[in-house]
Amino acid sequence: MDVFSDSANVDTYVTGFLWILKLTVAGTLGALVLGVLLAAMRVSPVPVLRAFGTAWVNTFRNTPLTLIIFFCYFGLFSTLGFTASDDIDRNNYWLGVVGLSVYTAAFVCEAIRSGINTVPAGQAEAARAIGMSFRQTLTIVILPQAGRAVVAPLGSILIALCKNATIVGTIGLAESSNAMKDLINANGNAVIPIFLVFAGTFAVVLIPTGYFFGWLANRLAVKR
Amino acid sequence: MSADAVLYDHPGPRAKLRNLILTIVFGIGLLALLWWIYSKFDEKGQWASTLWKPFTASSTWTDYILPGLLHTLEAAAVAMVLSLIFGIVFAVGRLSEHWWLSVPAGIVVEFFRAVPLLLLMFFIFFGVPFLTQQPMSVFWAVVIGLTLYNGSVLAEAFRAGVKSVARGQSEAAYAIGMRKGQVMQYILIPQAARAMLPVIVSQLVVLVKDTALGYIISYSELIQLGVNNLSANFGNVVQAAIVAAIIYIVVNASLTAVAGWLERRTRRTGKAPKAPGQAVPAGVVQTGEAAGAV
Repeated sequence: MDVFSDSANVDTYVTGFLWILKLTVAGTLGALVLGVLLAAMRVSPVPVLRAFGTAWVNTFRNTPLTLIIFFCYFGLFSTLGFTASDDIDRNNYWLGVVGLSVYTAAFVCEAIRSGINTVPAGQAEAARAIGMSFRQTLTIVILPQAGRAVVAPLGSILIALCKNATIVGTIGLAESSNAMKDLINANGNAVIPIFLVFAGTFAVVLIPTGYFFGWLANRLAVKR
Repeated sequence: MSADAVLYDHPGPRAKLRNLILTIVFGIGLLALLWWIYSKFDEKGQWASTLWKPFTASSTWTDYILPGLLHTLEAAAVAMVLSLIFGIVFAVGRLSEHWWLSVPAGIVVEFFRAVPLLLLMFFIFFGVPFLTQQPMSVFWAVVIGLTLYNGSVLAEAFRAGVKSVARGQSEAAYAIGMRKGQVMQYILIPQAARAMLPVIVSQLVVLVKDTALGYIISYSELIQLGVNNLSANFGNVVQAAIVAAIIYIVVNASLTAVAGWLERRTRRTGKAPKAPGQAVPAGVVQTGEAAGAV
């Protein structure tokens, strides 16, 4: 573990995981907001909205994230001139957040839609019978119940998002996987400890998170 | 509940008007966005025919895109076979009654499920050569990485599937004198595989998408050849990326269609045991379209 007695190396490690943390938090917010909106669109009475939601999901769910991030850089940034910050790292970070949100939102949308399918039809029918509008039926009756059913799938989607954040390294952000690559190339004699520290950090955080979401899902499950 | 037409009443005159207005407003917004993208692309000369022309030449396809696609599918196919084997072996290991088998299998599966695939590939490609003193083949770095990750996810899927088989099945098998191995081989695995088929296929879609990570360690797959190398010659990176995306979408959408068809088929014949729902232990992959396959 001599590698990590050098403070410069520790710095590389910390910076790498700070980027992952920031990407995860911002990406989660973006993906949840976009995903709920898309799910609402896909069940809405307006055909154009439904078609838009379907097109979004089919496009982004089937494209590799690597390509989406790549496209954020060359399409969104280089061609369309989308610039979030003058600092190159910050700019790449925001491009990464856009890519992660757009990609993950497709999965969040599908999870919520299958959650809506677990709510018995009688619930929506009763809501309509007492005169609720589509928006009221969705936000007051259906989504709160669907939300409980999607805790487990949403949990695994968010865990995947955290792991996928490493892919933002493609456009040059010094996140954890790039940090590990640099450390390995500079310290060929300590390859295994370096890998164990980086991979172990992910494992130590994400395995309990997975069990937490499983526990939460069981606790919140609607007893029927 | 089928979401269609249950959440809202049949539109009357007012609702029809409102829907029409929403359609128009959203449509105009969408068209405005598309127009903005179009004009920005135009401003930068991205619609120039020289940038799109290469895709009508057969040499572009035979020299760049098709070999790239072939390498992508090659890595995906080998990794699919290996990860299915890995998945079955570790699922059986984790279900074993011997702690010295189930605990290590559990640790391996949980570890590789939690580590980002890119990190794993970097370790295999850049780190392992330091240990073995031999250069690592980039193809095998991609395949091994894909196998360890997707194999672990599949192991959990199989395990959930085996647990979803009704207990009477294995009890009956023991009652007619089958051994543990036989019960697993003839009774549990076939039923589990059928129950988890949709999950398995959607994990294979993930695997195909994940081959794109090979680009980052310069494996000559679709993005490397079809986007990077192609655009190095023609300067059309955006166009090449769009074409590559369309190819990925076609390949994966067909795999997803197969998954949907399988799901309907197994549901219709009613042979599949009930999908393992809330009752499965924490962290286990669940069935359904969206189940963890990101």
